[in-house]
Amino acid sequence: MTIVNFTPVPALIGGALIGLAAAFLLLAKGRIAGISGIAGGVIYPEQRGDIGWRVLFIAGLVLGGFIYQWLGLGAGVEQIQAQVGKPMLILAGLLVGIGTQVGTGCTSGHGICGLARRSPRSLVATLCFMGSAIVTVYIVRHLLGASL
Amino acid sequence: MSAFIRLFPALFAGILFGFGLSVAQMIDPAKVLNFLDLTGTWDPSLALVMAGGLAVNALVTPFILKRDKPLFAEFFRLPGKLQIDARIIVGGIIFGAGWGIAGYCPGPLITSLSFANSDILVTFAAFVVGTFAARWVLAHRG
Repeated sequence: MTIVNFTPVPALIGGALIGLAAAFLLLAKGRIAGISGIAGGVIYPEQRGDIGWRVLFIAGLVLGGFIYQWLGLGAGVEQIQAQVGKPMLILAGLLVGIGTQVGTGCTSGHGICGLARRSPRSLVATLCFMGSAIVTVYIVRHLLGASL
Repeated sequence: MSAFIRLFPALFAGILFGFGLSVAQMIDPAKVLNFLDLTGTWDPSLALVMAGGLAVNALVTPFILKRDKPLFAEFFRLPGKLQIDARIIVGGIIFGAGWGIAGYCPGPLITSLSFANSDILVTFAAFVVGTFAARWVLAHRG
């Protein structure tokens, strides 16, 4: 194992901002900031009149990315590249969509909000997707030998 | 309550969340995949992103939930289900496989639409299709 590109300060500041955003959504709207759940309620709505705030939250996510770049903090955004080809991206997108809906949450809903509420369900979910992702990277990078 | 008051907090929370993901560089799938690559080129940064988010949220959440109701809504809507079932395990494993292949979980994927290229658009489209299909099946079974 080699440790590479460790950026502890931006990681902690960014993480704290994410935690604040989730806390603010709970304080203001009484909702959990689980991205896959919020997006799922727009892509396949289950309740009438429960879509507007979801659309705005998602628009905010994109806008937050824009503001970061507009402030000139995103020097290097143009260097960010997908790490696999399009067929694998499609497979990945499908699996992320299906898995987060079946498992009722993703990194934000289970990993940050659920764990903060000490939900055993979210703890198991987080261990499952982290473990699965680590095994997948091991298979793709080291067993299949794809140099990503 | 005016539509503005009802909706603005969600927009603000989204902006702060997307900005935080960008600062944390979680919008770079190479960085995410390196975090998951424990036996290769390991980048521990993402652990601190989660630790930071979790610490702030865990600290503040109990005080928020002491309130009778949220500032701009009638009640708190928390996931009531706490028990562990097969869905949570199977779903987690499927999601993790997708996350490990490309390095995109839903938040960073959506935030990355701010500099969308064809790769991000294709991944996002597949995420939408997967989400729709799973929710349709879950809503129509039995």
